[in-house]
Amino acid sequence: MNLFDSVFIAKASFIGVIFLITLGVAAYSTYFERKIAAFMQDRIGPDRAGPFGILQPLADAVKMFMKEDFIPANSNKWLFIMGPCLSMLTALMTSAVVPFGDTVTIGDVTFDLQGIDVNIGILWVFGVVSLGVYGILIGGWASNNKYSLLGAIRAASQNISYELAMGLSIIAILMMTGSLSTKAIVEAQQNGHWNILYQPMGFVIFLICAFAECNRTPFDLPECETELIGGYHTEYSSMKLGFFLFAEYINMFISGAVMATLYFGGYDYPGVDFVTAQLGATAATLIGMGALIGKALAFVFIFMWVRWTLPRFRYDQLMGLGWSGLIPIAMFNVVVTGLGVLLNQQILVGFGGLVVFIAGIVVYDQLVVKKKIA
Amino acid sequence: MEISNIWYFLSGLTLLSALMVVLAKNPIHSVLYLVFTFFCISGHYVLLNAQFLMAVNIIVYAGAIMVLFLFVIMMFDLRKNQPESKSNLTKLAGSVVAGSLLVVLIALVRQNNFMTPQAEGFISQTGMVENLGKVLYSEYLLPFELVSILFFVAMVGAVLLGKREAGERNF
Repeated sequence: MNLFDSVFIAKASFIGVIFLITLGVAAYSTYFERKIAAFMQDRIGPDRAGPFGILQPLADAVKMFMKEDFIPANSNKWLFIMGPCLSMLTALMTSAVVPFGDTVTIGDVTFDLQGIDVNIGILWVFGVVSLGVYGILIGGWASNNKYSLLGAIRAASQNISYELAMGLSIIAILMMTGSLSTKAIVEAQQNGHWNILYQPMGFVIFLICAFAECNRTPFDLPECETELIGGYHTEYSSMKLGFFLFAEYINMFISGAVMATLYFGGYDYPGVDFVTAQLGATAATLIGMGALIGKALAFVFIFMWVRWTLPRFRYDQLMGLGWSGLIPIAMFNVVVTGLGVLLNQQILVGFGGLVVFIAGIVVYDQLVVKKKIA
Repeated sequence: MEISNIWYFLSGLTLLSALMVVLAKNPIHSVLYLVFTFFCISGHYVLLNAQFLMAVNIIVYAGAIMVLFLFVIMMFDLRKNQPESKSNLTKLAGSVVAGSLLVVLIALVRQNNFMTPQAEGFISQTGMVENLGKVLYSEYLLPFELVSILFFVAMVGAVLLGKREAGERNF
């Protein structure tokens, strides 16, 4: 019983720490988003609240809470409140299966730095991501506003379309690892055998789908302000709007962590053995956790970088890219990965497949597209 | 907490939300209760140690099919498309049909004493994804492949129905 108690307390405090890290990262993402946007547009950005504007997220939060909390007269009240709650809930649920580090031993108890180590880890991620659309869909419908409804419907169709390509790119990873557990996927990548070397095409597909699932530019059509005013959150104000925006930043951080887990070795970093020998296993594990969070933050930066670089897609372009672009490429990637696993030459076949694919596109472009124009 | 207490709580919740699917006036509420019912059923799968089935149930039903349901219902103008209330004869016929179906089901359950699995010899790992995959790809290979052909045919049919014919209006 004593053992159970200590494990339970350790797990609970670990989940609490992850929760706090996620919220902190999400809050400061808003600050860095504005700073990066300012840098790219040759401005200064927020610099009034505290040194370098470092207290800006606090000021934003106070502003959000002080605004009038408004519920439209003809809206469905309960569903209107439920929308942002569901968005936050599903955004926070994914981190349960991300392995943040190897085992830590405190006293005589050893436990994993992972919320739950289930043998269906990656399916959990996939399931929670597919539920993420409910918050937007319900919130948009309950607002009783046609722009909100259009935004919600766009979000739903976009998420369903890009989930397919995302699932297919994950299948290629599963074929190589032979397990659905995120822990096993990370352990297969230790000592520099990162999946990005074996799966360059799968990673690009997954990255594009992650942008679409997080509703980030260039795929932020559900909140496209030139067409839909504010999209699904047109009628929202105060902290309910804040929850929608916050959920987006949490999603960015968590999808960065998932991408680091699947393709960039998770908590692996160069020189694990050296650090373990010098400082002990616990220190090495904690540095590994730092490495994973660092990788996730690098992805958050890429999300922002792309947002302030690329313009928004048109809606038919978005659907065309998802259905007739990414899904066939992902299928091709699955076949190539199967070939690589059969021949036991995964890096060679992976990059060979990439070259064949690019050559095929060039030939297609020369033969078919030119003919159409002429 | 006893595991059977969790089972009773979950079953009550499942029945309650399933009833609310039928009783709710607003179709959107019905769909949301149905989603909740699927979650409760997934909870039962977890109690049976069938985690793979739990995840797939959520991904396929709650994540994809119910989103499409919501999608379609939201497209309707609910105030215009209220179904007209049925006549008393229709209501009577409906309750007779439902009642006789209930009688048949009860008779069926009483006739067959369903096999109750033995707690001793039961392998708790049956529902794990590795064992499930091995059974699917060895014992049940032919049905599995037939089902995938069925899905493929359905997919091709959907594409064919959704395809715009030459000269048709571009929305």
